[in-house]
Amino acid sequence: MIKSIWHWIQRFSSPKHFYGMSAKLIPWFTVSALLVGLYGLYLGLFVAPTDYQQGESYRIIFIHVPAAWMSLFVYMVMAISSGIGIIWQIRLADMVAAASAPIGASFAFLALVTGSLWGKPMWGAYWVWDARLTSELILLFLYFGYMALQSAIEDQRSADKASGLLAIVGVVNITIIHYSVEWWNTLHQGATVAKFDKPSMHIDMLIPLLLMALAFKLFYAAVVLVRTRNEALYRDRNRRWVRELINEL
Amino acid sequence: MLKAYYYLLMRDLRLAFRNRHELANPLIFFVLVVTLFPLAVTPTTEALRAMAPGVIWVSALLAVLLSLDRLFKEDFDDGSLDQLMLSPNPLVILVLAKVTAHWFLTGLPLVIIAPLLGMFMALPDEAGAVLIYSLLLGTPVLSLIGAIGVSLTVAVNRGGVLLSLIVLPLYIPILIFGANAVDVAMDGLPVRGQLLFLAAVLVLALSLAPLATAVALRITASR
Repeated sequence: MIKSIWHWIQRFSSPKHFYGMSAKLIPWFTVSALLVGLYGLYLGLFVAPTDYQQGESYRIIFIHVPAAWMSLFVYMVMAISSGIGIIWQIRLADMVAAASAPIGASFAFLALVTGSLWGKPMWGAYWVWDARLTSELILLFLYFGYMALQSAIEDQRSADKASGLLAIVGVVNITIIHYSVEWWNTLHQGATVAKFDKPSMHIDMLIPLLLMALAFKLFYAAVVLVRTRNEALYRDRNRRWVRELINEL
Repeated sequence: MLKAYYYLLMRDLRLAFRNRHELANPLIFFVLVVTLFPLAVTPTTEALRAMAPGVIWVSALLAVLLSLDRLFKEDFDDGSLDQLMLSPNPLVILVLAKVTAHWFLTGLPLVIIAPLLGMFMALPDEAGAVLIYSLLLGTPVLSLIGAIGVSLTVAVNRGGVLLSLIVLPLYIPILIFGANAVDVAMDGLPVRGQLLFLAAVLVLALSLAPLATAVALRITASR
């Protein structure tokens, strides 16, 4: 039983199989990300009520908050798939991790930029050394470290394993960094959605926010598939299945 | 197992003492960097006091960072690292021995010389004591986390900048709590919380970092 599952996983996770499979999935993710995102933006920018304190400028959260969530989520994906790659030697998992890093870094960057654009009218400065801003910045540095290590090691297998281990160490550290920075200095407004009791946010603001979060997830799914395909093609450029693909062109 | 730990520790210490001039380098670096700040900013007592905890901690962090290379580089270059990995003793124990040696050779001297720097920076006496405690708890963590970084980058050509890129973000919690403890002590407030946090991180790093380092060394060796 376990053996047959194992065989199935191996067959399913072979880059060749993935390449064919992902081609069918990408259009679905792209179209749904676009639809959900446009609807979410419409609700967020035109339907959601104006905030009584922050006026119209709060609307940037519909980009800012999903981007910040995604930057953490992608790091988790990266660490988990690195773990899978290290433990079970599944090459596809390593490719997903490597393909995710630049996307996650972009999300972190986007969260920082939108945050500072919002901070200027609200706090009076583009950058303040607030806890969440700082931990987001450190997360960006962790992504940079991962990518730097990944590209510094020539042998692909050990580059994956080494940077994967770094990603896993980073996960342990992210929690510690998060809390230490939190205690260190806080100016940022508290969490408004993920509270255990009722979220302290108007439902007309919450729905577009959640829609945008979903759209960002779908967008990530589409992009990570595209990038992983490229990664698979590049890494397997000397294998038969890629050669056959080229010959078919 | 304990024997292996002891012998490897002694070997590293002995090797370092045969190379005595190198031993002092991180220490001199530490003092030198701290000296730069009064020169660059301003030597008034209040200004020095305000930045003392941060300056001393950042300099200690950089001194450890620059000395990390010593942890595995030579052993990697001359092949004794491969021999260590081939030995029947668990690699985690051996890693722990090497990290202990590294701390004795860099962390501990930094702790010992810290009061002098406290004096340079016009740190009050109570805060000076807290500075020593915080360094005592914090520097072993710097060595432990650093070991992961070095073992990942030791085979990379010119891995020095890469190493700092990887390791510095991981050092941030130590820096925050170490410097904060001294800062709080200067205001005469209790520092138990900060020191306990540092101790907790030390325990965590002591139990997890050698494992990660051992895995990283095997990855590096498998090339």
